[in-house]
Amino acid sequence: MSNSQLTPGIVPARLPAASYEANFADHTPPLDRHEAQVAADRCYFCHDAPCMTACPTSIDIPLFIRQIATGTPDAAAKTILSQNIMGGMCARVCPTETLCEEVCVREVAEGKPVEIGRLQRFATDTLMARGVHPFTRAAATGKRVAVVGAGPAGLACAHRLAMKGHEVTVLERRPKAGGLNEYGIATYKSTHDFAAREVDWLLKIGGITLKTGVTLGKDIALADLLADYDAVFLGIGLAGVNALRAAGEDLPGVENAVDFIAGLRQAADRSGVAVGRDVVVIGGGMTAVDAAVQSKLLGAENVTIVYRRGKEKMSASGYEQEHATQTGVRIIYGAAPVKVTGGARAEAVEFAYTQDSPEGLKLLGEGFTLKADQVFKAIGQTLAGVPEGLTVAAGKLPKRAGDKLWCGGDCALGGEDLTVTAVAEGRDAAEEIHAALTGAAG
Amino acid sequence: MANLASNFIGIKSPNPFWLASAPPTDKKVNVERAYEAGWGGVVWKTLGSEGPPVVNVNGPRYGAIWGADRRLLGLNNIELITDRPLEVNLQEIKEVKRKWRDRALIISLMVPCDEESWKDILKRIEDTEADGVELNFGCPHGMAERGMGSAVGQVPEYIEMVTRWVKQYSRMPCIVKLTPNITDIRKPAEAAKRGGADAVSLINTINSITSVDLDDFAPEPTIDGKGTHGGYCGPAVKPIALNMVAEIARSRETAGIPISGIGGVTTWRDAAEFMALGAGNVQVCTAAMTYGFKVVQEMISGLSDYMDRKGFTDTTELVGRAVPNVTDWQFLNLNYVTKAHISQDDCIKCGRCYIACEDTSHQAIEMGADRTFTVKDEECVACNLCVNVCPVENCITMVQLPKGQVDPRTGATVGDYANWTQHPNNPSVRAAE
Repeated sequence: MSNSQLTPGIVPARLPAASYEANFADHTPPLDRHEAQVAADRCYFCHDAPCMTACPTSIDIPLFIRQIATGTPDAAAKTILSQNIMGGMCARVCPTETLCEEVCVREVAEGKPVEIGRLQRFATDTLMARGVHPFTRAAATGKRVAVVGAGPAGLACAHRLAMKGHEVTVLERRPKAGGLNEYGIATYKSTHDFAAREVDWLLKIGGITLKTGVTLGKDIALADLLADYDAVFLGIGLAGVNALRAAGEDLPGVENAVDFIAGLRQAADRSGVAVGRDVVVIGGGMTAVDAAVQSKLLGAENVTIVYRRGKEKMSASGYEQEHATQTGVRIIYGAAPVKVTGGARAEAVEFAYTQDSPEGLKLLGEGFTLKADQVFKAIGQTLAGVPEGLTVAAGKLPKRAGDKLWCGGDCALGGEDLTVTAVAEGRDAAEEIHAALTGAAG
Repeated sequence: MANLASNFIGIKSPNPFWLASAPPTDKKVNVERAYEAGWGGVVWKTLGSEGPPVVNVNGPRYGAIWGADRRLLGLNNIELITDRPLEVNLQEIKEVKRKWRDRALIISLMVPCDEESWKDILKRIEDTEADGVELNFGCPHGMAERGMGSAVGQVPEYIEMVTRWVKQYSRMPCIVKLTPNITDIRKPAEAAKRGGADAVSLINTINSITSVDLDDFAPEPTIDGKGTHGGYCGPAVKPIALNMVAEIARSRETAGIPISGIGGVTTWRDAAEFMALGAGNVQVCTAAMTYGFKVVQEMISGLSDYMDRKGFTDTTELVGRAVPNVTDWQFLNLNYVTKAHISQDDCIKCGRCYIACEDTSHQAIEMGADRTFTVKDEECVACNLCVNVCPVENCITMVQLPKGQVDPRTGATVGDYANWTQHPNNPSVRAAE
């Protein structure tokens, strides 16, 4: 094969074989022991620490950092994991720059926060490398709970329930557990199959039966689950993708960014993943950035993100945007797609400039056209596959959907659609379920 | 640029920075490198008696404590006096002194505590042309077990006796090096003075175990599973040394005796502090052992700049300048009332002042809903803990209440100077009435 960055169309192997490993290497390499101790020493051990308040899972950050500083990373890991069982993945994918590290007093004072995310990774990696699972199950309660969806919310819920002594069955429609950790995270953020290893490690608690390839509403009905189990948790995520609502959207070459990201994550050989020469990504979130950056890393010649509003409204953080531009991605703010043009395939996208006004976003008369043999839609995901009879409000399920039914993660109301939020919601639902099943307070 | 030339008990050196008697001064090659780097003087590593030299352990000689980035904060050693033949040392000292006339070269001595031994060693060093001798009454490890070093330094009568012998059998200026492993540093200093010492130098190292190996259950440094106390030095010991220097400088019995200040001097500022408390010059070891001899260049530029800023043209203008301000607790002004003040512009809202005060002091800091921290003057005793734990320099300051103002904590009006000897709660005051 002799493709290059200049080969027209959507083709694989644009780069020399050796480039792929470097391009998709760990984006933020782990700290070694000494680096971690130096980084930990910068923590002021704040009283009622702002970082802890900013963490959706309320990890006791000053305490775990002090445990690293004193040479006890396993204890640090336990501090993290007792609040957030997916602390390993969150250390990799959390937008710490808008959470804990944004409010770190050293960020406020010096513009250089304590490296909380990297320290968390150091602690959790150290423990997981030893294959140790630090938690044990309480005495069996005899209660059985079904968890639908093996993403961060479902797995966090399942783990907490198992720890409390319940028997848990997790049902997952895809072939692998992990949800977006497995299928939705940029490859360079979760290297060496970390998502799968974390699931295996998490399941070491015992008492969790995982069934993959089972789709709710097709292979099994919610009513049956409610009848067979003492409680049900739905963590079904957002399986649908928003449409562009622009003409030409159905042309070949127009794809969902989430599918591209998932395909790349699952590819055994990244050189085999096809990518356009001119890639246009439409959207403003992390999915847009992940799709654009990885297109570039696969060898696309030109990659452009087009977001309909201004830079400050973009839900991908400033850090993510900067990462994209440093990788060579161009970001155009304030333009919306009007039409995808082309004959048999997408060839270009026509955009109109926009104006953000109190009445909403207005398309202006002026615009531009970008060459595009591949167009990624990254304008948000939607709830799909909701079992009949459940109330959907503001596009989401309620956290409590029935006597025996709880919901959490991206599919449920409340919080941002982040891994860490999903973990918190799964964990908290488990606590509620436990209380309901055992009559225990809280 | 200020003139740093120093004249310490008649011994001249281009600056007041000497290397202390220690591993860095054991050989000609080291000493010459030190002079080349700019050191004003060197106290040659302690010589022992004629005869087979001492032997050192062949395992680790040093232990350390570190800050997070392996910054060396304290060093401990169990090395003995020079383990090279006496004749070799004497020959090298002679060669070095001839070549480096403008630099100070002092010989440190440690021989058994009898008159003949001292008489003998003094005779042997006579024609080295060294500028003076320093009597090592300080090393706390190894040699002390043989009745030398700190074993002598802990008995004032021995100090006086040996010093007398030295002054009797040698015309050289004599510096007595004191051990801090004693309850009252003034006593050995007084003994040295009575014996005729020209100066004292202090502190030698402090008895210490730097750490314990929690797997082998052995103290560090560990030699074949065992450890022994060593001598502690480096930045960590400076506060102890400063106090001991000040005690000697302000004691009626010892005031005026020249002092060579030793103990954790790492920067020009450390040196200036020792000198302000009465040290005529300083001796350095750990800083050189950590960073090499070049550190003296920062000490020279720093002290010189400081003296320029202060308008001092000679180091003697600095020496002892802080001594009158070292006093006893009982003479501190109890009517000096201050309150902590937190600069909201500088505060980074870490809350350390708050939790330190709330948990461990006087509950005098309030935490507002938006993490605004303010001092409650009616509770603040001005202990300064908040200043000490605040990570931002000068964010919290102590503000003095002017005379005539009411202290909201005590309800008392701030008055003129008054100390404990005058205070109504002092039983001695009542007894005198």
